[in-house]
Amino acid sequence: MEVMTEKKIERKGPVLFSPYKRGEGIKAALKLKRNDILFEVKEAGLKGRGGAGFPTSAKWMLTAAAKSDKKYIVCNADEGEPGTFKDRVLLLEYPELVFEGMVIAGYTVGSDQGIVYLRGEYEYMLSSLEDYLKEMKKDNLLGDKILGTDFNFNINIHLGSGAYVCGEETALIESLEGHRGEPRNRPPYPVNTGFMGCPTVVNNVETLSSVPHIITKSGEWFKKHGTDKSTGSKLFSVSGDCNKPGVYELPWGTTIKELLKLVEAKDTKAVQVGGASGVCVPVNQFDRKLGFEDLATGGSIMIFNKKRDMLKVLKNFMEFFVEESCGQCTPCRIGNVKLLEGTEMIEKGTHTFKYINTLKELGKTMQVASKCGLGQSSPNSFISILDNFKEEIFSSGRNGGDKK
Amino acid sequence: MKKDELRTPVSQRPHVIESTHVEKGIGENVSVFINDKKITVPFGTSILDACRENQIHVPTLCHHPDLCIAGTCRICVVEVEGMRTLQTSCSFPITAPIKIHTSTPMVRKARRHIVDLLLSEHYGECYTCVRNNNCELQSLAKEYGVDEYMFGHVTESRYKVDKSSYSVVRDMDKCILCKRCVRTCIDLQEVGVLEAIDRGYETHISTFMEKPLADVICINCGQCINRCPTGALKANDPSDEIWEAIDDPTKHVVMQTAPSPRAAIGEMFGQEPGKSFTGEMNTALRRIGFDKVFDTNFTADLTIMEEGTELIKRLYSALVKKDKSVALPQFTSCSPGWVKYLEHFYPDYIPNLSSAKSPQQMFGALIKTFYAQEEGIDPKDIVCVALMPCAAKKFECNRPEMNSSGFKDVDYGLTTREMGKMIMEAGILLPEMPQSHFDNPFGDASGAGLIFGATGGVMEAALRTVLELVTGEKVENFFDRANITPVRGFEGIKYAEVPVTKVGPVPEILKNLIPNWDWLKDATLKVAVVHGTANAKKVMEDIKAGGKFSECHFIEFMACPGGCLGGGGQPIPTTEEIRKKRAQAIYSEDESLPVRKSHENEHVVSLYDKFLTDGPCGEISHKLLHTHYIKRGKFIV
Amino acid sequence: MLLEEKNSLSEEIEKYVNEYGNNRAALMPILQAVQRNHNYVSDFAQQEVARMLDIHPVEVYSVISFYSFLHSKPRGRNIVRLCRTIACDMVGKDAVEKAVTRELGIGFGETTKDGKITLEFTNCLGMCDQGPAMIVNERVFVKLDPEKAINILNEIK
Repeated sequence: MEVMTEKKIERKGPVLFSPYKRGEGIKAALKLKRNDILFEVKEAGLKGRGGAGFPTSAKWMLTAAAKSDKKYIVCNADEGEPGTFKDRVLLLEYPELVFEGMVIAGYTVGSDQGIVYLRGEYEYMLSSLEDYLKEMKKDNLLGDKILGTDFNFNINIHLGSGAYVCGEETALIESLEGHRGEPRNRPPYPVNTGFMGCPTVVNNVETLSSVPHIITKSGEWFKKHGTDKSTGSKLFSVSGDCNKPGVYELPWGTTIKELLKLVEAKDTKAVQVGGASGVCVPVNQFDRKLGFEDLATGGSIMIFNKKRDMLKVLKNFMEFFVEESCGQCTPCRIGNVKLLEGTEMIEKGTHTFKYINTLKELGKTMQVASKCGLGQSSPNSFISILDNFKEEIFSSGRNGGDKK
Repeated sequence: MKKDELRTPVSQRPHVIESTHVEKGIGENVSVFINDKKITVPFGTSILDACRENQIHVPTLCHHPDLCIAGTCRICVVEVEGMRTLQTSCSFPITAPIKIHTSTPMVRKARRHIVDLLLSEHYGECYTCVRNNNCELQSLAKEYGVDEYMFGHVTESRYKVDKSSYSVVRDMDKCILCKRCVRTCIDLQEVGVLEAIDRGYETHISTFMEKPLADVICINCGQCINRCPTGALKANDPSDEIWEAIDDPTKHVVMQTAPSPRAAIGEMFGQEPGKSFTGEMNTALRRIGFDKVFDTNFTADLTIMEEGTELIKRLYSALVKKDKSVALPQFTSCSPGWVKYLEHFYPDYIPNLSSAKSPQQMFGALIKTFYAQEEGIDPKDIVCVALMPCAAKKFECNRPEMNSSGFKDVDYGLTTREMGKMIMEAGILLPEMPQSHFDNPFGDASGAGLIFGATGGVMEAALRTVLELVTGEKVENFFDRANITPVRGFEGIKYAEVPVTKVGPVPEILKNLIPNWDWLKDATLKVAVVHGTANAKKVMEDIKAGGKFSECHFIEFMACPGGCLGGGGQPIPTTEEIRKKRAQAIYSEDESLPVRKSHENEHVVSLYDKFLTDGPCGEISHKLLHTHYIKRGKFIV
Repeated sequence: MLLEEKNSLSEEIEKYVNEYGNNRAALMPILQAVQRNHNYVSDFAQQEVARMLDIHPVEVYSVISFYSFLHSKPRGRNIVRLCRTIACDMVGKDAVEKAVTRELGIGFGETTKDGKITLEFTNCLGMCDQGPAMIVNERVFVKLDPEKAINILNEIK
């Protein structure tokens, strides 16, 4: 495989990349009662690592409490947020964590079927992942009567086909069911009415990967890392203008400044936290902390140095959303186009400030009135880049390209 | 989950909210505050329904009472305290004591933005649009005080208008992607012609591989038109040609009108649904310049004679002669949408379709033969216009085999909506017209012909006649006031058993077909009534599987929900409530008529005496009044 | 399409249906399998899939049109997708783009005359730390520069 280069993980932190022996998590979990696992995950304060930060234990409890003969554990490996690649590393380097997390989740909520929704772009991983599942089966970590207990669990891998919106959990489920990846109305939530109408847990790859550690090392241990509301560590996918791009495991609460130092970024002007749907942080805010208290993120960190044209960055993001919006709801389908047009107007110098302000207002409407997270977060960069880089963007000397 | 339930995306399916109440009376109702007013609603009620029941207006666009929830247009958003984002009231079930605000600054701004976004992409101008003054987007623009295009306005067309179909014209430049047509086509009708294609800004509604509508398996029911909030879908309007014919002194333009338009046309003139305007309409049509105004109900009576006789023939062959090749149950063939549905989806069952033409086509064939002869008019100078509640009738009259008179039997199918527009164009205020009767010889029809407009009507009409012909007794002896209520009503699939308690002598008109009725003694006639092709699918699958419906003798199928009165050519809006009112109008007019059984229509009797001399299903009628069908299949070339 | 080809395509689809199931949830894997073999899902194939899953052809078409990686029109034997998201853009995507279009003589969204290569843009490939990145069929190539990209294209059969 040509995929791998020398650089994968730049920094292994003390949580996710702490020593782990394959099978350990499942073994430990199967000795516990379901409630004890729920308690441990709750104690750990684990929150969804995809960006939304919903407490994992709550999701599991609701699914465990839902009455149904069939329940599903879905691993959301549709990592599509620009600037995010941590799941790629986890799936390639630490599949045991991901899969064992799923098995443990299945055991906890009473499900016997796991599905990995792997984005189409990661098709090259498919065969190695499937091989890994076979091995797990051979070792009785998967399949019928796992490790001699009465617990059965299987994992299938479902390949996506190139749609960013399928990272939204209900769109992902629609896609699994063979439909267009259009997000559903919520409520009902997947924990009650998910895949095939059955209670379904949808967890991010990184969330699931934390679980085996929590089970083997306790929630107490997990909680020691990070901050009060953001426990544990986080994988950050760092790209852009720095010497050492790659995946970093850092405790929650790390400031942007600290992170920039670590990745050897120089002359940084802006950091886009959370990918295209995240916010753009200017220099004077580099003391802000990464965590659910302040800058919640799925881990995408894109660094821009002084040479970069922030308007070009914004345009790239807006083009992305225009293309990746599912097109179902009005604010997102048309709103993103309007925001892109506005960006182009600024580029050409044909804008009026009145109209740009109208578009910012539209952005706020999109944030509250769109059907799913895509449309709710796509105006973030429009608003934050235009607010934080006013002078640069509206300066008369713009030449439309990178500054020399 | 069952396979057939998997059809629609869950995003567009109504969701069942499990009630949490344990005991009866506890937890069944939830108290919420809407705009600070306390309201108690049943658990699981949507915010929208709760608002509407309490006279709080919330605008909607993608919502339609006939269809499941989509939640895509976002116009109905409201604020729910404690939630970060606005919630769509159509999709949000009330399961907890929440506090809802329907008109906050945030809500109003969001709605205004949404209307403006839709307008910015809505190509076309109101005054050149068929839906001017009857457009939900236009109303919203007014409601939200749109006085300028906040986000600009498209100046170039993005899509080509698809005029390939005889029935439905699609202008996707006017589409706002509410997907009501998609839900109608896939859910309500299970025809599955329209779907959203592509993604994001490129999303548009289209057909399989973007083929013209005429080339896919559209059944032309036009239900999508009825549910379109804008002018993106409309019927193929022939009124210009009709005006031309009217204005041409060499043409003899005759109008035949189906039963349903008269029960609905008032709605186009601001009248409440549920009132028939038969007499007023007749006067209006004459003033417009139609040379004759006839009643299609007359050929509905004729259809009963032909189709009923055909049924008796089939039953006799199957039961007495033990002829295994006879196809039973016999299906009705009045609904051209249903006929095309069967041709596409169940072509193996074409033998079950009655070979009798629909009333519209029987009429055309008679006008250009019998009537032309009687009146001494050259049939080539006759222009036959059919006022129908139906979009598929436009396709039907253009079927190449529909020329038994030697000419195109029916020249134009005109919908109720188009007729209303022509009346307005002529400067006529319909409700204020004096009443007048239809012209003869096709002006007197029975109540049986009239009730063809409602689901179950054909069956009831057939039963009124068949029961009297077989038993020799008045049908009133079996059913109070001849109202055969078991086949009435809006249930999607109705099943009824009618016992034949006695038999009488064979009436004159049938004597050359059967010797006696003995073989029907103590028999039970099993019938079913089905409306909406989604229901038709269920029944057809049951028949295929050899279920209860395969043992029926006669089944009435109508493509449109509610039957013709809910047809794709009827005034917009059409909802269940409105359909019920139209049905009331039809049934009460039926009760007011002196003749309520097809075989008692003296003009029908005299037609058999004078013209169709070898009786029902005889050779002449076979040539003029019967047809054949095409095995179309599902494959799209 | 010849009858023989149609029959073999039907058989092939039937095989997939047996493998993945005949319910709607099997739709994507079946379409992916057809496309892997034929580069696109023809309208005959779509209707066969629809028939076997008992759904409407337009629903199959709708799904195909939604996903960037599924296609209903014939394309090149090899699909080359260049990432155009900002991280790759910042490290030289434009240079690769120019080199590739010049070398192949086609623009993005087009197919070479010999039907060998279809060029496309794609959104983030998850290779932001190693951009510019490009995906050829399902193989990923990273840290491209114009020369490297051209060499890769030349190796494609």
